[in-house]
Amino acid sequence: MIVSAIAFYVFAAMAVAAGFMVIAARNPVHSVLFLILTFFNAAALFVLMGAEFIALILVIVYVGAVAVLFLFVVMMLDIDFAQLRQGFLQYLPIGGLVGLILLIELLLVAGAWVITPEAMQVAASPAPALEQAANTRALGQILYTQYAYLFQAAGLILLVAMIGAIVLTLRHRVDIKRQVISRQVGRKRHEGVELKDVKPGQGI
Amino acid sequence: MEIGLGHYLTVAAILFTIGVFGIFLNRKNVIVILMSIELMLLAVNVNLVAFSVFLHDLTGQVFAIFVLTVAAAEAAIGLAILVTYFRNRGSIAVEDVNLMKG
Repeated sequence: MIVSAIAFYVFAAMAVAAGFMVIAARNPVHSVLFLILTFFNAAALFVLMGAEFIALILVIVYVGAVAVLFLFVVMMLDIDFAQLRQGFLQYLPIGGLVGLILLIELLLVAGAWVITPEAMQVAASPAPALEQAANTRALGQILYTQYAYLFQAAGLILLVAMIGAIVLTLRHRVDIKRQVISRQVGRKRHEGVELKDVKPGQGI
Repeated sequence: MEIGLGHYLTVAAILFTIGVFGIFLNRKNVIVILMSIELMLLAVNVNLVAFSVFLHDLTGQVFAIFVLTVAAAEAAIGLAILVTYFRNRGSIAVEDVNLMKG
């Protein structure tokens, strides 16, 4: 028990520190890397809670896809980041005030929270005991039956996002030469070769 | 020293606050704003999974999967809009995004 408590504090502290560095780092590339560290630590927290499936999905989807996408965009765009950081300190007081108030409110809510004993009985899909089904299996059992339509809807959202991203970023450039295979193949001999009758000593 | 629901909620609250703080702090840099939104969604996920585990109800984890899906879609669309905006304007300063005002 003491080991899991120590692990919790280590992972939580690292997640919070890395999360702070995401917004405080000077270089956005460092920000993305700290974001990846935050996701890894959050995944470790999920494993500590016993939600292995979400933890691994978090690593795969966030670290493997979203963070790499961020890294691509940060490195692809040629941006003067020093210029973007001007006015950084200007917003510090108001941002700090809003953040502090929000944090105090959230902690007050979390501190005054009491769960009624009846809450366990009204669970929509009670988690089975660990001997009957592990986390991944139990999730699959309800995700593909009870929440099948929502699962399909999630797939639809991803499809729309994919098509939207392609439509937004694809552009047809007219100022570059492209290979047109039908024109290459449809070329006749008399279009490509011309015979000239050159008189001797005169040149063309 | 038992780690309970309150501990996880506290971590999530701190992460969410960092996300809000980041949006205020990096008003000009859209990329960091998008990353702050990701942080906030992560905090929400921590909350959902914590409640799901401590109340023995798997619905919270299913919801976390959907939040993750929407977060991934949002990041993809947001970055696509960002790339298009950078192509048109040559900068990503969001403070003067008033092209749509007409």
